[in-house]
Amino acid sequence: MKLRYSIKTAVTGLTTHKSRSALTIVGIVIGITSIILVMSLGQGAQNLILGQVKGLGATTVIVLPGKISFGPSMASQTMNDSLKEKDLNLIKNKTNVPHAKYVMPMVVGAGKAVYGSNVYQVSVFGSGELVPEIFSLNPDRGTFFSDQDVQSLSSVVVIGYKVKQHLFDGDDAVGQKIRIKNNTFKVIGVLPEKGSSSSFDDSVFMPYTTVQQYITGTKYYSRIVVETDTEANLKSTVQDVTITLRNSHNITDPAKDDFSVTTSADVAATLSTITDALTAFLAAVAAISLVVGGIGIMNIMLVSVTERTREIGLRKAIGATGKDILTQFLLEAVILTASGGIIGIILGASLSYVISIILTSVIKLDWSFVFPWSAAILGVVVAGLVGLVFGIYPANQASKKSPMEALRYE
Amino acid sequence: MKVIKYWHHQTYNPVALIETKNIWKVYDSEGTKTEALRGVSIEIKKGEFVAIMGPSGSGKSTLLQILGLLDNHTEGTYNFSGKNLGEYDQIEIAKIRNSKMGFVFQAFNLLPHETVLQNVKLPLIYSDKPESEWNKLAEEAVISVGLAHRMHHLAVQLSGGEKQRVAIARALVTSPEVIFADEPTGNLDSKSGQAIIEIIQKLNTEKGHTIILITHETYTAEYAQRIIRLLDGQIASDEQVTNRKTVSDKFIK
Repeated sequence: MKLRYSIKTAVTGLTTHKSRSALTIVGIVIGITSIILVMSLGQGAQNLILGQVKGLGATTVIVLPGKISFGPSMASQTMNDSLKEKDLNLIKNKTNVPHAKYVMPMVVGAGKAVYGSNVYQVSVFGSGELVPEIFSLNPDRGTFFSDQDVQSLSSVVVIGYKVKQHLFDGDDAVGQKIRIKNNTFKVIGVLPEKGSSSSFDDSVFMPYTTVQQYITGTKYYSRIVVETDTEANLKSTVQDVTITLRNSHNITDPAKDDFSVTTSADVAATLSTITDALTAFLAAVAAISLVVGGIGIMNIMLVSVTERTREIGLRKAIGATGKDILTQFLLEAVILTASGGIIGIILGASLSYVISIILTSVIKLDWSFVFPWSAAILGVVVAGLVGLVFGIYPANQASKKSPMEALRYE
Repeated sequence: MKVIKYWHHQTYNPVALIETKNIWKVYDSEGTKTEALRGVSIEIKKGEFVAIMGPSGSGKSTLLQILGLLDNHTEGTYNFSGKNLGEYDQIEIAKIRNSKMGFVFQAFNLLPHETVLQNVKLPLIYSDKPESEWNKLAEEAVISVGLAHRMHHLAVQLSGGEKQRVAIARALVTSPEVIFADEPTGNLDSKSGQAIIEIIQKLNTEKGHTIILITHETYTAEYAQRIIRLLDGQIASDEQVTNRKTVSDKFIK
């Protein structure tokens, strides 16, 4: 029998029981919808995170105190005091790290910013004057502080967009004075809005010397940011920085490093691994419903085969071979699940699109809708395979039926 | 292809279309053996109209299933058109059923949600006949049983008599060498039943189809040329019909 007629016969078989067919594929639709939704949102989240990491630039090397590790010891990393002024000066030395264009220490703290009766919790970034160059972060009002301010521990502050909104509302902030940890700082610049996915809006920038003196009261750095001259020198710079610090800290065994040197590419790779694993895990959970859906299909197909014994017998009596019958029932199962898959993809993609609109317009995330083509193709293939796997048993039962069944009259 | 060549060749040989020698059929159900046929030898020539009669349990349905290749016999030989069918596999058997045999069942066995034309076309989709001829062949078959006006109606919408006519058209559509009819009037009122048996007789007298009819009604059997009576799995009598009933022309156009 020609495949075209097998398909036609299968479609007729399915449309004869429309509501049954529809209910049968619900499981597959839910399964594929969830998978597409998870994959699409996972991809969107990954793009969002990577977009931020890449914002650091491809030539940025970050030196963190303590050894990179995950788990309970992570907290101790931020408390680590292994990066000191001596290390900063060694990295700044061109003979140690020849390709470093900028070297900038950072100190991170937190506190309540107060202006008049307005209070707002802020992250305090102590940095060098190179923030506009390294992070592409330029105040849209006022200016960033200078090297002079860093050297002289000036009590100046550049505030993020939300800090300005909460403390000053519509008033001009530049030239005003705010209090953090009982010290007074003069606002010299206001940063533009970066969107809710950025922590800079809730932050203030000050000279790192000022932060060490007035906010944290420490002498070490939370990180040192090294900008290389070209992307090609990134790897050698990572090496140079690592060797410089090992020498400075008298470390011979790399396993005992009390610092870590990463690049935005490293961070991106780590984050990708995490989001990929999370997406795969969620997709696997969603895939369970496909198995449940498949068993539902097998169940209905078995009922259908029993119910259509006479039809099968008749077809065989008038010349259908076992293979013709097998093909017909297998096609019914595959068409059923594949159409469930297509409906699931449309549903999943639509839901993901609606969510992306909500995320961008309501929560103001820099989110972009991603249609997961690979997942969609995979979805249809998997759905079809579910039909094949769970349809083969009922179809085989059907093909083995004797044509005599058609003669039997009940 | 071997099969096709062979059949073609055989049409020139004046041998019996159907010839069985000492056919036995024993059903073995969980150790209990039932002998449905006990050594049946018959010969049916091309163009004959034979009625097989007998009380229930006499083995008439079993015999029809074996002759129609729907079931295997336990012992004996069955030659169809001079060829021993024991030598064919299931796919070849399906092909013979499709191209050489037509079936009419008591329960009609139509696909209820397909049209008359689609039902009649069904054997063709399993055949080697070119697709371009399917509609023409099916339409001709529907017209020949007087259902031209019902061509595109769903089978489920038809009366019992009309359903059986569709089944006859379906049996005819591949121009088979023999048509097996298993109690074709058993499910019909007497008027529709008479119309059906008369159509079947016309297929034999006017178109030369070989017909093997199973019935328990003497009235219906008398439309045949010959009546074989079975009793307890054996042939009790095999006689020509002397007062053969003929088509009244009343129900057939």
